Amino acid sequence: MSQTCDVLIIGGGVVGCMVARFLSQYDQKIILIEKEADVGMGASSANSAIIHAGHDPLPGTLKAAMNTRANPMWDTVAAELSVPFERRGSYVVASRPEQMARLEELLQRARQNGVPGAVILTGDELRTREPALSPEACGALFTPSAGLIDTLLISLAAAENALQNGVQILLETAFEDFLFEGRRIVGVRTNRGEIRCRWVVNAAGLFSDEVMHKAGVRPDFRITPRRGEYCILDQAETSIHNVLFPVPSEVSKGILVLASLHGNTLVGPDSQLVAEKDNEDITPQGMEEIWNGAAQLVPSLNPRHVIATFAGLRATGNASTPGLDYHHDFIIEIPAEVQGLVNLGGIESPGLTAAPAIAERVIELLRDAGEKLTPRKDWNPIRTPRPRFRELSRAEQAALIAKDPRYGRVICRCELVTEGEIVAELHGPIPARTYDAIKRRTWLGTGRCLGSFDMPRVVQIMAQELGVSPIEITKRGVGSNFLTRPTKAVEE
Amino acid sequence: MIKDRYDVVIIGSGPGGLAAAITARQNGAQDVLIIERDLEPGGILLQCIHNGFGVEIFKQDLPGPSYAQRFINEAKSVGVDWLMDTMVLDVTPDRRILAMGKHSGMVEVQAKAVVMAMGCRERTRAQIRLPGARPAGVYTAGTAQRWVNVEGYMPGKQFVILGSGDIGMIMARRLTFEGAKVERVLEIMPYLTGLTRNYVQCLLDNDIPLQLRHTVKRIIGRKRVEAIESVMVDERWQPIPGTEEIIPCDTLLLSVGLIPENELSRKAGVNLDPITGGPFVDDGFQTNVPGIFSAGNVVHVYDLVDWVTEAGRTAGKRAALYAQGKLPPDNKRVQLKAAENVRYVVPHTMNSVSLTEGDVRLQMRVRQPIEEPVWVEVRSGDKLVARKGEPYARPGEMVTMTLTAKHYEDVQHANELTVAVIKR
Repeated sequence: MSQTCDVLIIGGGVVGCMVARFLSQYDQKIILIEKEADVGMGASSANSAIIHAGHDPLPGTLKAAMNTRANPMWDTVAAELSVPFERRGSYVVASRPEQMARLEELLQRARQNGVPGAVILTGDELRTREPALSPEACGALFTPSAGLIDTLLISLAAAENALQNGVQILLETAFEDFLFEGRRIVGVRTNRGEIRCRWVVNAAGLFSDEVMHKAGVRPDFRITPRRGEYCILDQAETSIHNVLFPVPSEVSKGILVLASLHGNTLVGPDSQLVAEKDNEDITPQGMEEIWNGAAQLVPSLNPRHVIATFAGLRATGNASTPGLDYHHDFIIEIPAEVQGLVNLGGIESPGLTAAPAIAERVIELLRDAGEKLTPRKDWNPIRTPRPRFRELSRAEQAALIAKDPRYGRVICRCELVTEGEIVAELHGPIPARTYDAIKRRTWLGTGRCLGSFDMPRVVQIMAQELGVSPIEITKRGVGSNFLTRPTKAVEE
Repeated sequence: MIKDRYDVVIIGSGPGGLAAAITARQNGAQDVLIIERDLEPGGILLQCIHNGFGVEIFKQDLPGPSYAQRFINEAKSVGVDWLMDTMVLDVTPDRRILAMGKHSGMVEVQAKAVVMAMGCRERTRAQIRLPGARPAGVYTAGTAQRWVNVEGYMPGKQFVILGSGDIGMIMARRLTFEGAKVERVLEIMPYLTGLTRNYVQCLLDNDIPLQLRHTVKRIIGRKRVEAIESVMVDERWQPIPGTEEIIPCDTLLLSVGLIPENELSRKAGVNLDPITGGPFVDDGFQTNVPGIFSAGNVVHVYDLVDWVTEAGRTAGKRAALYAQGKLPPDNKRVQLKAAENVRYVVPHTMNSVSLTEGDVRLQMRVRQPIEEPVWVEVRSGDKLVARKGEPYARPGEMVTMTLTAKHYEDVQHANELTVAVIKR
């Protein structure tokens, strides 16, 4: 493989996919490389799914600027990409009277950051809106502009729209090193060969430090993953209606309780520094911490109603040299040390929220560097979604089954996902090639049986559609096969 | 051809549903429909190719599919309608049923009576909040059973099984027969949670170690399971430091309990017992919603299929009578309450009139094992109504107490009966 392009994006998380999508407006040849079997496999799909209002980041930081700039973009972005999004607002809840002063500080911060409509509510006002809230709750900062997004879908949706507009997406293609001519980057070497380009965008998330070091940029910068564990509760058992934060600490927005777009209650995350960049373990300590935290907000939550657990890794960056401090802020820059690199680093929360604004900022940086970005007349910002059976009316469902009977067979009974949807995703613009890829696209296997029912059926459908043995089917890519051999065969 | 209206509609064609359908026809229901989401009738019995079915009912030791086939044949001979490969989406309290399927499309039927027979599902790693990574190779025992027995594929080479539930022990033997290595079965409780006969036939006979008071501390492996770390727990289920052990394996099977599957029941307005996870039922398995009955593992998790069949028969008969307006008036409901060492008792209520028509079977699970002779006692206040002896009581094995016509007087005068299982 030896290809050339104008802009090469490293990383198919939400930031990389949004950069690809926004940049595809212009007359540029763009390639996005992703080391995993699908886009959106890392932190982009393992988070709280909140489009933050922007009350939390310190005024003057890039985090604050990007958050406040991105928040109002989401109505358009989500609509164009056909990704479920709702502005429900969020509450930062004071559980003790002495925390009320902190709410005032946050209100001031929200105003400084330009967050619209922020107000402080009394405990009584709060409980009329969320009756399950603790009787101890004495007030809250309400920010109406906060929203919720389908976090499993957003990266894919952006990538699909980018693809529609000519961006090439290369999966299972891992960055290895840069190709230089003097101080100018002229391409990258991957596990699948070299790609020549004029610009590289480092959107490698957890691995952004390693990528920038290969370019000789910010050798002091280190990503130390900060793991957050979560629980999801059965919607038939628990029903809250809002996004509830505790009063934040220095490093994290705290353990929150929120009603997801799906109606399930989500509890988490804790905040644990971990050494490995793939350590998404669930731990007893983490689970205990998030339950203690959640109980302060909503005491009636019952761990018996947990239907799923997961953990995500925040790409928390800081300097490895004492005395040098990155203030936990985003890095969004064209560094002076080399030519041809747009460097993004430390994109932790509110990275999901900020992604569209980061994409716009990348475009501004390229312009500032003298790139002539000519808008394409044929750019189409609209992604055409595949039908989601459970979201259709009964009449629409019946019509869909009449057209393609495979939409009549339920494969995931908890989330009501049909065979037709699975087949459509296997043949989609960015075809699902793993079980988890289907899961992110359809929410299959995310319900109370956690895939116990659908897994053998999905493996069988995948094998049939892809024309391979069920043994070849994986959960998340190379090495994660579900099955080992046929029965009645001899063990090798 | 599927009709618009039925006397009795049965949701699910496992042993409970099949028995209910047959019995409903035999008790005067003209039009009976079975709706099944899978391609063939029989429910989970179809993947239970081991023997052990039918000992109570047929006095024969049958494999699951053979047991199911007898009832499938009988249902065909008495004449019921079948809607296969069709999943029920909704049941209303006035018994309108919406279902859909690949070949049936959207179907709506009105039932005079409904029997919910959806069975149960397995508890997952999330429900026990199992720590560690989330790679491929962590499956519920039933999922593995489907892969091996129905699809014909092995889900791994080297296994650890968490939980001494019956499916887990049966899979331990099955996987061993297929040439896999089952390293051990871990059980967090200080006692076996499945049947003793399965322990003997599946584990002992195949030299598979069982470790009581042990659990999985951590799953290791990013893509596929590489090992698990086991640990011993104390009386309060807390890990005992220093007892950790890394056990290399590529698969962890979970046999950590079953949960009655009542999402449809909720939609129909059926009240659920938080202890059983199933509906509150009377002695005819009628729920709080008139005309909606419930049978089998959807009510509570049974230990033997024969009892599921019996429950299906009772529910099917009552549903047929309800559909014909012949159900005896519910003149007096007696509450049945779990007392000493009883976790729950089903049914939750009974009508003393039932004893004039036949026996009423009370079924319960004990809280703690008692490895010496016990009394199963039914009392009305201080008065002993019925009592029987058992050689022992174990949580993995259901306890049954049958009330007969001779108990009618006592039951009729009672408001509440308590059930206890105590040392003799």
